Amino acid sequence: MTYDVIIIGSGPAGLTAAIYTTRADLKTLVITGVKWGGQLMLTTLVENFPGFPEGIHGPDLMANMRSQAEKFGAEFINDDFTSADFSKPPFKISVGSKTYEAKSVIIATGADTKWLGVPGEAEKIGRGVSSCAPCDAAFFRNKNVAVVGGGDSAMEEALVLSKFATHVILIHRRDSFKASEIMQKRVKENPKINILYNSEITEILGDLKVEKIKIRNNQSEEVKELPIDGVFVSIGHIPNTSKLKNIALTEQGFVKIHDHYLTSVDGVFVAGDVHDSDYKQAITAAGFGCSAALEAQKWLDEI
Amino acid sequence: MTDFQPKADGPMVQILTDQNFQAEVLESKIPVLVDFWAEWCHPCRIVGPIVEELATEYDGRLKVGKVNVDQNQIPGDYAVMSIPSLLIFKDGKVVKTMVGAQSKENFKREIDSVL
Repeated sequence: MTYDVIIIGSGPAGLTAAIYTTRADLKTLVITGVKWGGQLMLTTLVENFPGFPEGIHGPDLMANMRSQAEKFGAEFINDDFTSADFSKPPFKISVGSKTYEAKSVIIATGADTKWLGVPGEAEKIGRGVSSCAPCDAAFFRNKNVAVVGGGDSAMEEALVLSKFATHVILIHRRDSFKASEIMQKRVKENPKINILYNSEITEILGDLKVEKIKIRNNQSEEVKELPIDGVFVSIGHIPNTSKLKNIALTEQGFVKIHDHYLTSVDGVFVAGDVHDSDYKQAITAAGFGCSAALEAQKWLDEI
Repeated sequence: MTDFQPKADGPMVQILTDQNFQAEVLESKIPVLVDFWAEWCHPCRIVGPIVEELATEYDGRLKVGKVNVDQNQIPGDYAVMSIPSLLIFKDGKVVKTMVGAQSKENFKREIDSVL
């Protein structure tokens, strides 16, 4: 059986695309990935998604989007895709030993945590190094933690942690944040959060778990050691494109686009953080998902 | 209803606590897979059903249990600071640590490597 559309990914981009393709009566399969729902599953209250004046919890928003797509008949596979063959139509997407075929594909694989890449980090993920404060903050009750980053996600991590930790140090390599003013204000007014600008973690120390960090001031070059129980990394994301073959990528690894939503392969469309290096918002991802679905529909009408 | 909701505990996944951890895990004759989880942890809800399937598939070769991190002190003893964390115990010692939601195939590969 050949699907009209296979959507790879289940964040706001993928699920919005699924709502549109199913409502256009296109036979749609969503390959969600094991960690379905994307980055919003790792958040708490989302306050900037229109239509929810009181905010909505990220995981609830994603569950709603998923139900909406299911209601219109989208099929789901709750697993990671293992390979994608875009060499000729029908396109073939494999999940383990099973292969699915489709006339068109929407790539919405999103992006994953970018880690610091410093000594001591990789082996302590889950032992004090984390990228998800809403998941792990409770382990740091009455402890001291560091958050690294300067965007909205870093601000949210720091604020979530401040509800549990004794003290939160927010470490940023620049001298100002790029986070929205409202989030910055909340962080700066929080008595539990201290900010270290122009600073970078150079090493994470500890035997079994995180015990200390080395921090370098990139202006004075001064290095100091700080006892700490946890390090939360929030310095951005890397697009999930490593499993995509026969499709053009940018130097940074994003799917390369032209004329808005078109990739280097006819019939393969893209939406969300896997191509968008500028906005990276839930609402823009959803918007891109809608556009990609409409483009796919147009393309299917023409072939 | 969708199939991603947390299911009720299957008969194969044992509830582990500070009280029974010694007897059920550390003194177990066969290796034990322990799922550290909490109600509020969304990735845990993804892993929960996979752990139930693993319990059925490895029945007899691997004991499978779960520890609620909010109700027990045991997680601290093993430096579990991120959930979901799946640890495999063999002869009372941790032989494998798997952090975060992963595919069932990944978990099976890791389990097979220590069984």
